[in-house]
Amino acid sequence: MHEVAGTTPEGDFIINVGPQHPATHGVLHLVITLEGETIKKIEPHLGYIHRSIEKMCESLTYRQFIYVTSRMDYLSAHINNHACALCVEKGLQVEVPLRAQYIRVMMDELTRIASHELWWGALAMDVGAFTPFFYAFRERETINEIMEETCGARLTMNYMVPGGVMADIHPQFQQKVNFFIALYKKKIEEYNELVTGNIIFQNRMKGVGFLSAENAISYGCSGPVARASGVACDVRKRYPYDVYEQVQFEEVIETGGDSFARYLVRIREMEQSVHIIEQLIDNIPEGDFQAKTKAVLKLPKGEFYQRVETARGELGVYIVSEGGTTPYRIKFRSPGFSNLSALNEMAKGGKIGDLVATMGTLDLVIPDIDR
Amino acid sequence: MTNEELKIALFNINASLTFEEGGEWLNVLVPVNEFKPLAKTLFSEPEFICNYLFCLTCVDWKTHLTMVYHLTSLQWQHNLVIKVVLNRDNPAIETVSDIWKTAEFLEREVYELFGVNFIHHPDLRRLILTDDFNGWPLRKDFEDPVNMIKL
Repeated sequence: MHEVAGTTPEGDFIINVGPQHPATHGVLHLVITLEGETIKKIEPHLGYIHRSIEKMCESLTYRQFIYVTSRMDYLSAHINNHACALCVEKGLQVEVPLRAQYIRVMMDELTRIASHELWWGALAMDVGAFTPFFYAFRERETINEIMEETCGARLTMNYMVPGGVMADIHPQFQQKVNFFIALYKKKIEEYNELVTGNIIFQNRMKGVGFLSAENAISYGCSGPVARASGVACDVRKRYPYDVYEQVQFEEVIETGGDSFARYLVRIREMEQSVHIIEQLIDNIPEGDFQAKTKAVLKLPKGEFYQRVETARGELGVYIVSEGGTTPYRIKFRSPGFSNLSALNEMAKGGKIGDLVATMGTLDLVIPDIDR
Repeated sequence: MTNEELKIALFNINASLTFEEGGEWLNVLVPVNEFKPLAKTLFSEPEFICNYLFCLTCVDWKTHLTMVYHLTSLQWQHNLVIKVVLNRDNPAIETVSDIWKTAEFLEREVYELFGVNFIHHPDLRRLILTDDFNGWPLRKDFEDPVNMIKL
């Protein structure tokens, strides 16, 4: 049911935002009920990019289905692949070589920085500052080059496979990552100077789109959205996977619950990601990059669940296996879906002009919600 | 609580529950008419406080449907899986969207993909598909000769 824009009998105004709208960052369609300029209700309509990945995966083997998941949250392609690889490994009880674990975690963190960079540039552009977008893409390009060299792709990497990673790192990988870290540490100050400390930006963000800790839990929010409301939910800390147990990092938590708190969480998370990479990059152990697995993978009968922390929050992969070469049923618990469901709660009572700031800090990736 | 402690605590409140073990987490099978009271208990009792519903889905077993609820307690750090077997011809279950608000969207998704009717759901409409769509796409016997590519 697609409501037509117009006036309701109560005198409320109904408008449609999207599916083609620059601020929704993809094909998201919101039907908004307004009373004057105040938002009364937001109703998301989904499905414009639904590919039914879950159904598709039912006819793909355990080696094949991982590639489809790069297309869900395309900004966290590595981390999606990582979740699937871990879930299959859990079923097969494969021990992943330490070298592969190091590479995987570093790739995850590089992805997280690249994703947050894009969010940062896009958010600033949403609220009217054009320049930060170019700054963000300049640094993001350095990460993309690193990815391109090692994985052969810039967006949908498909680098992680059950048992490890597909190929060894490029000989120049360590040098390039070290270069990036040194560069990035200088640039983050530029970011803070340009946007974080900007009084116009702060005024647009502070007190906008408030989400209480109680609601964040009830709506199943995760990632920076929940952590900005004071909910400690970092999967890397709570249920560590691969070498996350051995690295030192701080779980970034803010208690403001507004858009500015969500902004600060992501900015500080990027610094933590750099800190994690720093600890690993010079200590990559020698050895295999992939464990020996059979050509055809068969998971034992049963159910397997694996969760990881993507740039947007908790991604869960739930595999129901009947003992065959393809999953009987697969479910992806995507972070964006739950975060989007809290949008009505966050934007209700606010002004329509603030909606863009609220949505920007939710960091929605629509293919991840639609799957 | 560990899986074993959870099992004992759950057995004490309802002796008709059956358990599936061997997996990572404790799986609790509950009859459909006792599901809602159990969900309320798990949410509110101080020994459980399962306040975070992180996954809600359904599995089509060809003879029946199984609703699967993954719960976690952010306070006590335990995980729990609740399963409810539903009749395939006319599946219906009480909504949990009044307990966990995230369920409102997740149930709408399950409704349109599996055709499960959530009783007392505030707004049970299709979320992804068009309103005139026929059939339940994620069921195993769903056939769409036009849009589906067989591999």
